[in-house]
Amino acid sequence: MNGSPFALLANNSVTAVMFKVMAALIPGIIAHAWFFGPGIWVSLLLCTVFAIGVEALILLMRGLPLKPFLSDGSVLVTAWLLALSLPTLAPWWLYAVGIIFAVLVAKQFYGGLGQNLFNPAMVGYAALIISFPVYMTQWPAPVGLADHSPTLLEAFDLVFAGQGSISPDAFTSATVLDTWKTQVKLGKPVEDILAQPMFGWGGGKGQEFVALMYLLGGLLMLSSRLITWHVPVAFLAGLAITAGGLHLLEPARHAGVLFHLLSGGAMLGAFFIATDPVTAASTPLGKLIYAGLAGFLTAIIRGFGGYPDGVAFAVLIANVCVPFIDAYTQPRVFGHRKAGK
Amino acid sequence: MSRQLFTFNGGVHPEGHKAESNATPIRPMPLLPRYVVPLRQHIGAPARPLVQAGDAVLGGQMIGAPEGYVSTAAHAPTSGRVVAVAPHAVPHPSGLFDLCVVIEADGEDRSIDFQPLDWRKLDPSALRNRIREMGLAGLGGAVFPSYIKLNPSGQTLHTLILNGAECEPWITCDDRLMRERAAEIVLGIEVMAHTLGVKTILIGIEDNKPEALAAMGAAAPSGMEVVAVPTGYPGGGGKQLTYTLTGVETPTGGRSTDAGIQVFNVGTAYSLYRAVYLGEPLLSRVVTVTGHVANPGNFEARIGTPMTDLLAAAGGALDGADGEIVGGPMMGFDLMDQAAPVTKSVNCLIVKDPVRFPPRPTTLPCIRCGACARACPADLQPFEMYWFSRAKDFGKAQSYNLFDCIECGCCAYVCPSHIPLVDFFRFAKSEIWEREQEKHGADQARQRHEFKEFRLEREKREKAEKFARAAEKNKEAAATTTTDATADPDAEKKKAILQAALDRAKKAKEAVTPRNTDNLPPRVEKEIAEIEARRAQAEAKTESGEG
Repeated sequence: MNGSPFALLANNSVTAVMFKVMAALIPGIIAHAWFFGPGIWVSLLLCTVFAIGVEALILLMRGLPLKPFLSDGSVLVTAWLLALSLPTLAPWWLYAVGIIFAVLVAKQFYGGLGQNLFNPAMVGYAALIISFPVYMTQWPAPVGLADHSPTLLEAFDLVFAGQGSISPDAFTSATVLDTWKTQVKLGKPVEDILAQPMFGWGGGKGQEFVALMYLLGGLLMLSSRLITWHVPVAFLAGLAITAGGLHLLEPARHAGVLFHLLSGGAMLGAFFIATDPVTAASTPLGKLIYAGLAGFLTAIIRGFGGYPDGVAFAVLIANVCVPFIDAYTQPRVFGHRKAGK
Repeated sequence: MSRQLFTFNGGVHPEGHKAESNATPIRPMPLLPRYVVPLRQHIGAPARPLVQAGDAVLGGQMIGAPEGYVSTAAHAPTSGRVVAVAPHAVPHPSGLFDLCVVIEADGEDRSIDFQPLDWRKLDPSALRNRIREMGLAGLGGAVFPSYIKLNPSGQTLHTLILNGAECEPWITCDDRLMRERAAEIVLGIEVMAHTLGVKTILIGIEDNKPEALAAMGAAAPSGMEVVAVPTGYPGGGGKQLTYTLTGVETPTGGRSTDAGIQVFNVGTAYSLYRAVYLGEPLLSRVVTVTGHVANPGNFEARIGTPMTDLLAAAGGALDGADGEIVGGPMMGFDLMDQAAPVTKSVNCLIVKDPVRFPPRPTTLPCIRCGACARACPADLQPFEMYWFSRAKDFGKAQSYNLFDCIECGCCAYVCPSHIPLVDFFRFAKSEIWEREQEKHGADQARQRHEFKEFRLEREKREKAEKFARAAEKNKEAAATTTTDATADPDAEKKKAILQAALDRAKKAKEAVTPRNTDNLPPRVEKEIAEIEARRAQAEAKTESGEG
């Protein structure tokens, strides 16, 4: 061990990477709070506390030092991504179960930081949507559209004490993706569906703006070279091309490209979830294939699957393919023959 | 500059820290009481010691002779007495000792007579031989014997690249050399170009050295092109500079000469100038001493100068110094022992302090972020190589082209998990080498054993055959003696000859021997005649009855 290099890039650490990702999430979070009420603060707080608790417990059981691994920030990113994927104002145990699946099963069972095959937040989400579909489809309606928008205190009350005092119908509704799916199945004309107040100019009312804020955060990460363009571009292109193709074939059944890009977890998935370096492909070509596949699968699951949104399952399926994709997309090494020569 | 430049992938931009040491001229060093000259300062076989303890030496006298093809000579830096030829601390990452000639200076600093070379008239092969004897080796760090690189050996070379990029942070010895001794460097380059027979000569210097660029530009005659290359590490790596200037990728496992390009460091060109124009072997080099020292700068240090004296020349380390780096911060190594001397490969000594060289933070697991792959100038996937090196799955590490790694350290520089990636790659490479050597050794042992078996078997067989032949012969001989006389014409002949001889002898005997039968009465004579006839008859009978 001769130790070189002795020089290291300044202010560079896993912690710094993770905190920059979290900083890039803040515009989206604020937009979320603005359009859907203060419930998001409760779910963020709960997920953060649960995640740190579970991570610390496992680290202790594994005999690993707490400080470097808790301060690396990775578990916080997982917690925030899961919180932003789940409906707010759900019972507290829903977040706890989601975090257990994300941090304990998906991350620590595989060996902890850097070892997991599957995106932890998406494993948590998938476990919940399979186990508790009812809770997972009750999303707070945008502020102004609901009969009542809970305050922060009411939000805490709803999460911990249950929905006794306020009827959930007063403030929740299905998501636009869900509504589209069920009403198209019932044969409702597309114009009538889109005319409902929950639909905005692009996606769901409010949600479309949150998606744009995620896009802004993603662009910030791109400009600070936290991520490369490959994954978000390929993901959004895969989604747009597939959804656009389906829309052209059957406009009465499949929504348009803009709707798909601005609804559900598309923007969050493209910039924050599919880009998780641990579970994403690593070569430039591999990233394009991996993320393109995830985007394509998102559109297919939304179009034909049983679940309203497809980002989680699409990313998990793409995660499965990563070792294979990486193995066959190794870039040419300097000084090696160019392909075909 | 009109030349089209090419941009290699990857690379990093660490803080330069050049200003600390490049503002003052190269300083001479005082004559020291003691020098330590290692016999292994170059790539290849160590030099064979020509002196022993007690010998008097003169400056420039060869004290180590090149041994084998890839080798070069070592010389006494001054006049004095050899006090030891023994293992001594050397600047090597392992900290292991190596064979050195320790010389106590007599203070007179006398030298052998230096004979300048008429390089234009000298046969290239003779010139190379002289350069070999003068101990020239690449001063950029690889210390490959120069005479080999000056031999086109059948390859047609078209381009000579002079590496004045000096991309490693902190190091400024080439910068100062180019500023101060551009004319001499150019003379050395001319010799190189002449020997190699190249048409194009490019001098690549990073654009953070405007003074060196100007000095070299002013000194270079037409036909030598001074090119400013973008500042960035490792832009001065041989492969990277070649690519930047020509767009040619050095083939994997090969050399740039395979593409008709030869690369030398500017410091080597300067030492070639001294060798050819002054007839002086490689006795000194410019070394940067910088970092946490009182008077950082560049020093003309004789090969063999102990590091302690070099540090003292720079005013000594300041309070709070925390060890030294030999070489640059990207590829250098910790100095294990300050008694180790300056060798041909030592271009820089950096005294560390905890502020500018903090200890490496805790290593975290790899998160596959790919920052290393984006920084790698060889377009490798370091995190994959790390994964397999760590798991000691060396075959897999090799399949990710481990041996294309130039150990520049860019990957470890950018790693957010602070993984000492290059250490893992060095470890994997040395393990693979060791295994191959072991395998090679085992193969050789097996071959030796098999040959021995074969030889023993052959000897045994030969012995057996010899015995068999001898037995055959004996048998044959025996058969001959027992054969019937009539059956063997040879034996018949022999017998006839023998009989004839016997007859002659008999006759002679009869002729010589006086006979007491003379003057006998006729009756006795008749009796005798009858007896003689009977005896003859009987004799004939016995003879024919033999067998």
